[in-house]
Amino acid sequence: MNKKVIKKTLSAVRGHAGAFAAVMILAAGYAGLSLYVPLIFGDVIDLLSDGPVDFPRLVSKLVMIAVFSVAAALLQWLMNVINNRTAYGITADLREKTFCKLQRLPLSYLDTHPSGDTLSRFTNDAEQLADGLLLGFTQLFTGVSLIIGTLIFMLTIKPSVTAAVVLLTPLSLFTAKTIASRTYGMFSKQTADTARQTSFVTETVGEQKTIRALGAEEDGRRRFRELNETLRQSSMKATFFSSLTNPSTRCVNAIVYAAVALTGALTVMSGGMTVGALSSFLAYANKYTKPFNEISGVIAELQNALACADRIFGFLELEEEPEDGKTDRSTLSDRITIEDVSFSYTDDKPLIRHMDFTAEPGKHTAIVGPTGCGKTTLINLLMRFYDVREGSIKIGGVDVRDMTRASLRAGYGMVLQETWLRYGTIAYNIALGRPDADRGEIVGAAKKAHAHSFIERLPQGYDTVIGEDGGGLSQGQKQLICIARVMLCRPHMLILDEATSSIDTMTEKKIQSAFDELTEGRTAFIVAHRLSTVLGADEILVMRAGSIVERGMHKSLMEKHGFYYELYQSQFKQGQQI
Amino acid sequence: MKKLFSYLKRYKKESVLSPCFKLFEVVLELCVPFIVSYMIDNGIGGGNKAIIVRCSLILVAFAAVGFGFAVVAQYFAAKAAAGFAADLRSALYGRIGELSYSDLDSIGVSSLITNMTSDVSRVQNGVNLTLRLLLRSPFVVSGAVAACFVISAKPALGFAAAVPLLLVFVYFIMLFGMKMYSRVQHSLSLTVRRAKENLDGVRVIRAFGVTDSESLRFDAENADLMRDQIRSGRLAALLNPVTFVIVNLAVAVMMYLGAVKVNAGTMTRGETVAMYNLTAMVLVELIKLADLTINITKALSSGRRLSSVLELEPSLKYGKEELSPSGGYAVRLSGASLSYGGKEALSGIDLDIKAGQTVGIIGGTGSGKSSVIALIARYYDRTDGDVRLFGHDVREYPEKQLRRLVGAVPQRAVLFEGTLRENLLSGASDVSDDVINAALKAACADDFVAAKGGIDCRVEQGGKNFSGGQKQRLCVARALLRSPALLILDDSSSALDYATDARMRASIREYSAGMTVLIAAQRVSSVSCADVIYVMDDGMVVASGSHEELLSSCPRYAHIYASQTGGEDNE
Repeated sequence: MNKKVIKKTLSAVRGHAGAFAAVMILAAGYAGLSLYVPLIFGDVIDLLSDGPVDFPRLVSKLVMIAVFSVAAALLQWLMNVINNRTAYGITADLREKTFCKLQRLPLSYLDTHPSGDTLSRFTNDAEQLADGLLLGFTQLFTGVSLIIGTLIFMLTIKPSVTAAVVLLTPLSLFTAKTIASRTYGMFSKQTADTARQTSFVTETVGEQKTIRALGAEEDGRRRFRELNETLRQSSMKATFFSSLTNPSTRCVNAIVYAAVALTGALTVMSGGMTVGALSSFLAYANKYTKPFNEISGVIAELQNALACADRIFGFLELEEEPEDGKTDRSTLSDRITIEDVSFSYTDDKPLIRHMDFTAEPGKHTAIVGPTGCGKTTLINLLMRFYDVREGSIKIGGVDVRDMTRASLRAGYGMVLQETWLRYGTIAYNIALGRPDADRGEIVGAAKKAHAHSFIERLPQGYDTVIGEDGGGLSQGQKQLICIARVMLCRPHMLILDEATSSIDTMTEKKIQSAFDELTEGRTAFIVAHRLSTVLGADEILVMRAGSIVERGMHKSLMEKHGFYYELYQSQFKQGQQI
Repeated sequence: MKKLFSYLKRYKKESVLSPCFKLFEVVLELCVPFIVSYMIDNGIGGGNKAIIVRCSLILVAFAAVGFGFAVVAQYFAAKAAAGFAADLRSALYGRIGELSYSDLDSIGVSSLITNMTSDVSRVQNGVNLTLRLLLRSPFVVSGAVAACFVISAKPALGFAAAVPLLLVFVYFIMLFGMKMYSRVQHSLSLTVRRAKENLDGVRVIRAFGVTDSESLRFDAENADLMRDQIRSGRLAALLNPVTFVIVNLAVAVMMYLGAVKVNAGTMTRGETVAMYNLTAMVLVELIKLADLTINITKALSSGRRLSSVLELEPSLKYGKEELSPSGGYAVRLSGASLSYGGKEALSGIDLDIKAGQTVGIIGGTGSGKSSVIALIARYYDRTDGDVRLFGHDVREYPEKQLRRLVGAVPQRAVLFEGTLRENLLSGASDVSDDVINAALKAACADDFVAAKGGIDCRVEQGGKNFSGGQKQRLCVARALLRSPALLILDDSSSALDYATDARMRASIREYSAGMTVLIAAQRVSSVSCADVIYVMDDGMVVASGSHEELLSSCPRYAHIYASQTGGEDNE
């Protein structure tokens, strides 16, 4: 693992240095106290040798045991509590930072990276880091303290018997390591089999309705059984071999124990130590190998934590959206000028080339053209989801890069082809842009978007909770809700990107009239595939391969018998012939 | 949870043998203190080196034999746990296949997916740990306590008193832990959901300028999560220390009582050492048990979720015996209504389809077209009225027969990962390649399928390597090759251009001669040549008739027609 990551990780937890130090001191204290207890028990046993028992001394020793046990437990509890607090605090902090980062990342990043990958930084990575870093670290430290402590205590009793223990230690380490390396391969197979099954389950359970409609449950079950059987076998193997760790160490432990018993008993016979000391020794031998196994587990965990740390820091260091401008857009006029704009997502594929046009306040501009001609890209630029590469976009004469993003975007109402609804009630979804809107306003907006009647029919009307994917609603219904959302905001300027693509032509016409009312006197951009929606625009820009090839009103464009005329003919005449 | 445990019963042999072998191992371990005690009293006390060496060798032998027992026990535990989990997954998967559409709506598929994956693996882990460790620890504890009693009853009693105390303590930790743990899971799912929403809806969230309020909400949810985690962590933090204190205090009491006995000469020193060693074993086991408690608690809360799915009765019941479909009317809806829980989505629908007819349904978004189809294919049950299919109440058909009779192509074209052949054949059997090819041809899918490499080409997850229009055509072919008695096309050509749509309809008509066909669409051109067209609006049938009749008698239909063919009213 590289040093940079370790350095960054340490700097991220620097604020918790006090907690770290406290945990280390507590761990050492706990190890010392808890190891001292068997030693007192040894003394107690020696007090029981021949003749009458010295009860006052015995009782004082037993009281000592009680006090030491309580003290050790208290230290351990404190350590656990501090540990928890710090670990969860760091995780929460990382999650918050990651979320903030997410809000400031440019869309160019989010569009090109799978969301599942980004999401795992919030869940898996943050958790693993905190777990591994803190819990792992303290376990490591407690383990080391326990080993050193045990050795010291044993050495003070009898160095020669201690030597027997130390000589057998590598045996324990060796067994643990052998098992770990053997099981690694089996675990990867189990993981791979699980992943395969999970993806099958996600697909078939996710599309369960289709499967039911086809009556294909049996097929699914058969394939599932195959996958399940493979997983059963690999899981069985991985579980079995990994579960050998405990018995193996117990076995090694027992051998160490036997060695202590042998050497210890012989030493006692030769008068080298007392029976009490021997039983303290045996108690230590019982505990001695346990930390070794824990430590080997902890090291793997720490490595994993660092790998996660690397991913999180990599994410937090991503380049953010460029600095916000200062100008408040709402103080400017709605005149939009696009001056010699060029843009491309990647360096090798120019998408928009030297585009020029002006949208006067209150005028409606339609953008039409075949798929991939750059219509949607233009909207990305208008909303400043992406920045232009060359040229400039100005509103009221001010470059959009000099404005605050919030004021720029607040000026637009946007309905996209890709509808997005979130978990929550219908009312909550409609009021997304204006959370303070009352029910009357929400219903009003829904009526205008012609969404009211189907909303009424949902189980709880406006209070129906819809799932994360807008579950249960058809694509067209989702689009209507997105339109209602914009209707409620009554923005200055409108962007409609294929806003009615999933809505039938009759409803579309009705919504059109609502849009007309909404856009009355407002600047609007309409991107459409269906040409029937753009007929009334003040200016139609016909795009092809990133450039505007024709512009004008519907009538004049038709008369031109150019590209627009061709597009129009292909859509309408075909429909009529059939 | 009863249902859940019934799956473990299949591994009765393993679930019994594993603890048995554990028991053997434990018995050997429990002998160790006695051997040591013998060593001290007779070896050291009697000054006999031979006894010491012999005892040590016995200890080593016990270690080896104990290891052998443990291996067998672990093997059976792993077998039972892996088998149990596999059976559980199978059962769940089977149960999901029986749920009705409304069950799926109310449970939510994402929650079912979580059940199938993470919940099952937690339970598997729980079973495995229970068989391996949870059964070992009680053996060690009760065995060690029993052994203490064998040595001397009174001191043993002092120690044994600690056991019920510990059990009560662990019980309370589990009780509260389970609640706290599910609260943590809930808070976690809230933060994950918000993060996911902010990723998926990034454009809308930024466009509406709600990033700041989203961050605030996330911070609040995140703080809740942290609070819940710290709370549950605080509880878990108690386990180890409290166990340590209780056991050590109990040992101290036992030593005192032992000392009284030694003083009276009724107990040897070796025996006290043995007792002390036995209690040390108990401490180690109890601490392990305490660590386990949390894992078992997690497994139990997952298990509870799983059994609620397993115990769920599917809300639709199907007929048991195959019916003989009669001719005449393929479909008769009389006064049929459907409600998904709120206002009626369909009210009093009367709709007849004679066998062999082609019938169209046209209407706008949310007019109820798909709901009519849902009634005919019995995705949902009508709330009122009558739905008859080929002469019988649709509810009397067994599910298999129903799916064979009705071939419905859904609105959303869905393909699954695998080969195209698997996709086309899913649910159908014994279909020759000729039939498949003919169906593909009829769905105008033969060209692009050939270009992709034929019917054995790969389909990526979600059918990503096919365009929307291609997927729709493949779904049509999938329905056609089963030659259903009733073919239903629910807006299944929406992604096709007008020309391909027309071509496909013509070739379907040729292919499906004699088949009853129901087409629901938004495009007039898709239904204009049907024998009868039903015009729907707001959950009701507003008119029916042939294309020509409707053009002259139904202004609404004429209007839709005009809006789609670029008639004068557009200019």
